[in-house]
Amino acid sequence: MSGPSLIGAPFTHKGGSSVPRTMILVMLALLPATAFDLYLFGWPAIILFSLTLSSAVIFEAMCLLVARKPVRPFVLDGSAILTGWLLAMSLPPTAPWWIGVLGAAIAIVIGKQIFGGIGQNVFNPAMVGRVVLLISFPLEMSFFVAPTPLFADGSPDFMQAMSMVFGGGQNVDAVSSASILSHMKTELSRGIPVTESLSTYLDMNALVMGLMPGSMGETSALLILIGGFFLLVTQVISWHIPLSMIGALAALATLFNLIDPGRYPDAAVHVFAGATLLGAFFIATDLVTSPVTKKGQLIFGAGCGVLVFVIRTWTVYPEGVAFAVLLMNGVTPLIDHYVRPRIYGRNRKGKPLPLDPPRNVDGGGAA
Amino acid sequence: MKLFLFRGGIHPEGRKELSVDKAIERAPLPEVLHIPLQQHVGVPAEPVVEAGEYVRKGQLIGRANGVISASVHAPTSGEIIGVGGHTAPHPSGLPVRTITLRPDGKEEWDILPPPLDAMNETSQGIARRVEWAGIVGMGGAAFPSAVKLNLQEKYPLHTLIINGAECEPYLTSDDRLMRERAREVIDGVRIMHHALKVKRAIIAVETNKPRALSELRIAATPFHGIDVLGVPAQYPMGSERHLVHVVTGRETPSKGLTADIGVVVHNVGTAYAVHEAVRHGRPLISRIVTISGRAVREPRNIEALIGTPISHLIAFCGGLTEEPDKLMIGGPMMGQPLPSTDVPVIKGCNAVLALTAEETARGKAMPCIRCGVCVDVCPCGLVPLDMAALIRKEDLSAADGIGLNDCLSCGSCSYACPSHIPLVQYFNYAKGRMKIVEVEKQQQEVHKRLSEQRAVRLEREMQKKKEMLAQRKAEAEARRKAKEAAAGETSSDTPATAAAGTPTPTPPLKPVNEDAVRKTGHGPAEPPVEDISERASGS
Repeated sequence: MSGPSLIGAPFTHKGGSSVPRTMILVMLALLPATAFDLYLFGWPAIILFSLTLSSAVIFEAMCLLVARKPVRPFVLDGSAILTGWLLAMSLPPTAPWWIGVLGAAIAIVIGKQIFGGIGQNVFNPAMVGRVVLLISFPLEMSFFVAPTPLFADGSPDFMQAMSMVFGGGQNVDAVSSASILSHMKTELSRGIPVTESLSTYLDMNALVMGLMPGSMGETSALLILIGGFFLLVTQVISWHIPLSMIGALAALATLFNLIDPGRYPDAAVHVFAGATLLGAFFIATDLVTSPVTKKGQLIFGAGCGVLVFVIRTWTVYPEGVAFAVLLMNGVTPLIDHYVRPRIYGRNRKGKPLPLDPPRNVDGGGAA
Repeated sequence: MKLFLFRGGIHPEGRKELSVDKAIERAPLPEVLHIPLQQHVGVPAEPVVEAGEYVRKGQLIGRANGVISASVHAPTSGEIIGVGGHTAPHPSGLPVRTITLRPDGKEEWDILPPPLDAMNETSQGIARRVEWAGIVGMGGAAFPSAVKLNLQEKYPLHTLIINGAECEPYLTSDDRLMRERAREVIDGVRIMHHALKVKRAIIAVETNKPRALSELRIAATPFHGIDVLGVPAQYPMGSERHLVHVVTGRETPSKGLTADIGVVVHNVGTAYAVHEAVRHGRPLISRIVTISGRAVREPRNIEALIGTPISHLIAFCGGLTEEPDKLMIGGPMMGQPLPSTDVPVIKGCNAVLALTAEETARGKAMPCIRCGVCVDVCPCGLVPLDMAALIRKEDLSAADGIGLNDCLSCGSCSYACPSHIPLVQYFNYAKGRMKIVEVEKQQQEVHKRLSEQRAVRLEREMQKKKEMLAQRKAEAEARRKAKEAAAGETSSDTPATAAAGTPTPTPPLKPVNEDAVRKTGHGPAEPPVEDISERASGS
């Protein structure tokens, strides 16, 4: 016996549920899309990905040392790796090394550890990293190339990739090309309607399969969806945020598309292009920065969806998932304050239910 | 019958297979029995025997002290060897007043009261018998049952629910009782049904006990108004409010009782005890205890005499196979850790568990990641993570503001928390703290009221004194005038001197002993000195 330990019941625990398990399941869910994207973009992407992940872990360990917290349990909980991973997924695959390292530093140090470490941060760390990079280095952050799969013709080999990532040299063969959303936006600003710009540029199959230019995680919609379903099945996330986010976005897109198809692309483009799916299943669902009640999560998800549409449609940014999620992260404490479950035996206002006389002698349940 | 589900709850591994197939057995008599005088909610019983006295089985040894109290009876015949303190089955390990009995092995019964003709007996008659038998809620809460059999006078009751949910993992004592003694249980239910004058009685059993359900159904068939109902296996189904909700669809108001919505709940073990007391005149001197857990060599269901040392029962189960990680009475969700195996079985003790580390699955508490699982599983609609955060800051009133005292301490949140945060343990701590603060506040209010009353009383007394003085003065004046008038008739030399007046006697103004004032009820007049704290401590 452990001696007369004063800790009280319960003396049993739901087996297997723990923070590291959650993190590992999320990474497993990300694996198919990541593997495909790394294949698609070749060595530069592989190098940048590894660099971002390891920087995140190193910054995490450094912060824990400075804060005099135990390093091992917190590094091993997997949250820093996951942050680095999600950040890497949101970077252009051919970005230089310092984008990955700086992004990891911003995500971990400013986005997470300054708030007090795991569980304490208000904003999604990976998105903090991405947004700071996007605003500070818009050129590097929006330089996309068309995929050049590993070992394919024109794909840089390992040494070329090293010089690209670290030497600052550009791949001579790489063709700069715009992601579907920025292409649309640019063309629209030139007065070319969406219907026309998309008809020449958009191949829906390629979009779903992930063969379009874009950030790593923004490309393969199908594999991201598979990962998302895996998270739903393993109950790491619930359906509330993804459904309300995609639903709100799709509803708005459809509505405006009906009003003016020349100006507003339809729901399919909004849902499958850009980071919508990655955001809906992997980023907005971040446990720490989303509301704790299911109803709160519905509001949060819908808010994200609306903001994504607003940002994509009426601001200078072609993509808005990161901004939308961060803005809604800021509202989360408010949602959690106001949206609470009804306490058993009390009404919505928190007052005890009235002691009305029984309605009939049989009671309520004789059905 | 339509069922009404409640939100939240968990489905922990039942682990009932360890003991569910073991029929109820009796353990051999232990060498001594330690019978605590407080095994129930309320005031401890008063001992009515002394060391050296010989008692017979079923003889009253501790008399109930007031309404919320319960008598205790000798579980077997033998010699009282002491009335003193013994470690209680409580995590504090503190001693409580206990009668120690050395059995003589004869099991000689005392003269028992005659069986009652229950169906022609009055409610009061049945309640009196239940009270005599020292029956308390056998589900663990141990509230004196007679009080709950008298509720029909104060509340418009319509339904009696018998709690046979047994939703805690490991426990099989109620299951075995319902299977093996279904007719007695149903008879007890009939008696309570009759005493409470309710329209219907429903025995609710989780559907993971199909044998118990079928036995009860057979036994209940001949009786009108008594139904057996299978309810889903979901923890905390056995919570009174939640069971009432599932069966009737009605929600008990916060801070209210189920009786407020016309329902009273008793445990199946209580029904059995009522049957024994009413039909056979036997007091509550034994109960069925599940001894289980993977650290127990041979888990069993034992009908144990009240007062049997738990070590004796564990020995009867072949002892322990390993040092248990946790030893407790009750189920693993809401049970009490045991300070030692030296403590006795009491009326509310439905199980003794010795769990291995693998079973307790303890983990180091990690930071909250706001996953919201605790919110999902809370059957009371609370937000445990927020409450815990407030309690960590000792902001108890804020925690209360978001429902701390609506928490029923079921432990679902702690069970499900992936970060192993001891949530319900925080809440139990905070509830205890709040109770202390509440008591202190009440005491302060009493003191304040007393001191205010005292100030008013002193004021009044001084007023009276003044009036008396004035009256006396007036009387003296009158007397003197009368005297002077009389003297004036004999000699009218000095008529004016008297008019100038003699110096008026002044009341003594020295400080007085307050106790003297209080004892005599009156004393020399005294200006009311405002020093409440001093008086408060004295009153």
